[in-house]
Amino acid sequence: MALVLTEEQSMLRDSARGLISDKAPVAHLRSLRDSKDATGFSRDLWKAFAEMGFSGLLVPENFGGSGLGCVEAGVVMEEIGRTLMPSPFLSTAVLAVSALARGGSEAQKSAHLPKVADGSLLAALAVDEGTKHRPLQINLQAVRSGNGFKLNGAKALVVDGHTADLLIVAGRTGGAAGERNGLTLFLVDPKAKGVAIERTVMVDAHNAARIEFANVEVDADHVLGEVDQGGALLDGVLNIGRGAVASEMVGLSEEVFGRTVTYLKERKQFGKLIGEFQALQHRAAQLYIDIEITRSAVLKALQMLDGDFEHAGAAVAVAKARAGTTATLAVQEGVQMHGGMGMTDQFDIGFFMKRARVCQELFGDSNYHADQLARMKSY
Amino acid sequence: MSDLEIFRRETRAWLEANCPPEMRRPMTSENDTYWGGRNAKFSSEPQRVWFERMRDKGWTVPDWPKEYGGGGLDRAEHKVLREEMSAIGARAPLSSFGIWMLGPALLKYGNEAQKKEHLPKIAAGLIRWCQGYSEPNAGSDLASLQTRAESDGDDYIITGQKIWTSYANYADWIFCLVRTDSTAKKHDGISFILFDMASKGVSTKPILLISGYSPFCETFFDNVRVPKSHVVGTVNRGWDVAKYLLQHERAMISGTGERGIGRPLGQVAADSVGSDDSGRLDDAMLRSQIAAFDIDEAAFAAVAERAVDLAKAGQSHPAFSSAMKYYGTELNKRRHEILMSAGGIDALEWESGRSRGGARPRAWLRTKANSIEGGTSEVMLGIVAKRILDLPGA
Repeated sequence: MALVLTEEQSMLRDSARGLISDKAPVAHLRSLRDSKDATGFSRDLWKAFAEMGFSGLLVPENFGGSGLGCVEAGVVMEEIGRTLMPSPFLSTAVLAVSALARGGSEAQKSAHLPKVADGSLLAALAVDEGTKHRPLQINLQAVRSGNGFKLNGAKALVVDGHTADLLIVAGRTGGAAGERNGLTLFLVDPKAKGVAIERTVMVDAHNAARIEFANVEVDADHVLGEVDQGGALLDGVLNIGRGAVASEMVGLSEEVFGRTVTYLKERKQFGKLIGEFQALQHRAAQLYIDIEITRSAVLKALQMLDGDFEHAGAAVAVAKARAGTTATLAVQEGVQMHGGMGMTDQFDIGFFMKRARVCQELFGDSNYHADQLARMKSY
Repeated sequence: MSDLEIFRRETRAWLEANCPPEMRRPMTSENDTYWGGRNAKFSSEPQRVWFERMRDKGWTVPDWPKEYGGGGLDRAEHKVLREEMSAIGARAPLSSFGIWMLGPALLKYGNEAQKKEHLPKIAAGLIRWCQGYSEPNAGSDLASLQTRAESDGDDYIITGQKIWTSYANYADWIFCLVRTDSTAKKHDGISFILFDMASKGVSTKPILLISGYSPFCETFFDNVRVPKSHVVGTVNRGWDVAKYLLQHERAMISGTGERGIGRPLGQVAADSVGSDDSGRLDDAMLRSQIAAFDIDEAAFAAVAERAVDLAKAGQSHPAFSSAMKYYGTELNKRRHEILMSAGGIDALEWESGRSRGGARPRAWLRTKANSIEGGTSEVMLGIVAKRILDLPGA
């Protein structure tokens, strides 16, 4: 398969870009932040996303979606990254849909997927517990009790957890922290007794939640996939999420870079455009090259996720690691080359820096994925 | 089954039947590369067999037209052939500056007589070419070159000196930049000309490098007589040909690290520094360096694949080969720094039994030229800044 977007994918990109740049430029995020909006994103825009078919992009056609793949999800994520639009697209349309579509029973899929596709159901995936992404260290206890399980523990960085109508919670039904066996995914009603949700507004003005589970009862038919065997399902879902976040970082990097190059062609010092200085030219060229390489690695990973899912792990690790380092470099060079202006809140560039930091951390940072790649290659 | 799938199936079967097992192993020395030419010798029987079979299919130059000795493959078929060769680790049957550099320039700028004369001999490995570009005072500033070509009836008389001429001492012919108009602006008085290295007045002198090898020469021209019909393209417009050829040269050099890759770095390092109980390298910082390298190398392979696909889709920027050249060569230097670090004191042996004549440190030193030859990293970044990013005054 050619490592370029198909005509259909390019058309999808154009329509996503049209909607997002029109309705949700960076000013949209800024205004939600400044007004301390209770939701943190626009429900009207999510409705528009649903009408465009974006919310159901990964939902199979027989459940009311478009049945498209990770490349298409990445195309939308990249456009989201360009304007930093806060949206449940990642939490609901990518992560929750992937978990339900890959692990759900027919009943679970019928109950939830059509509602995601029509925009009426928001969902969130609860995985992380410690300060760093370490999925094997999951220690939220799920003990058999009556006709189901009782959940005890706490989750952090649950993206959009404060607005979710459905939580997908990774817990431990067996084994010890660090082991792959014994992980199980649960569908949990956030209004269930014992669930305490604290909205955490993050550094990037996007939303997540800390969620505590105290003797939360979950029916056995709300187990997603097999008991004790959720590790593989979770891996797959996380890989899709990593590919999506990597795409967002490509969009973010390219946007920051574009703005920075424009500034180099406008700003004068010492009687010259600063873009004439070789010190800045070479750094700009290096960053351009980095972004092009990362874009290729990310597209490769997304194509692997669509075409050869079981073997996509290494490509995903490469993509997420590269996207993290590239975005980190892009935002730092962006602020530096904008000089004092780059440090002001009034200027948009800081928003990109903050979002890049969150994206780095989501589902494993560059160090995590470098370590994963080394393990895959047995060294 | 699509035509391309059928082609893939047939290609796979043909390679399986025709590529000798010896030609599927990573190359371990210079002798494993076959360069062709009037005085060429095969280093082994499998090397000869492999070369001749590929030559007979036109697959020394798979994408050149059949009329010039090529395989006539389209881009998609060429990609399939590369993938299938790579899948079995098949070596290139013929390495040649004629294939990588001159051929594409002749196909674009050469007249019919020049194409008919030179391309089939390149494809068949009969003539080995060298490149007369750099001069002692024209390195990064290549267009300031001073080698003169003075008109004398139907001929030019060429006088001057080239430097860093790769393998000039083994080459049969040279493609050369000469100044045909010394009054014009520096880019406007240059012509691109071909001549036989056996001509009277041509001499070469190998340059000993830090690696202990002499892959480059100084090349001297003392009143060398060359027919005017050997100019490729328009007289005084040789800079266009030179730049076009440089794009191909840079694409070639950017892939330096891909050819003949041996074992993965992680395994090489594990053999020398050892691993702990959980299988991790016993050198945490080296392990980090290798992992970071592996990520960048895999990403670079993706961009190389994408560059081909973008070209096929007509969406590539002509200066992108400079971006590839910059990154590919810096990556290859990193690879060899890591190999030296992983090798520890073993990698320091220059003359000894176990070091195969100091192969590792010599290869390491050789890579330092990667970011200089064919345009320095700094020149590449300047080209990207100017031609792709459109930054001012570059």
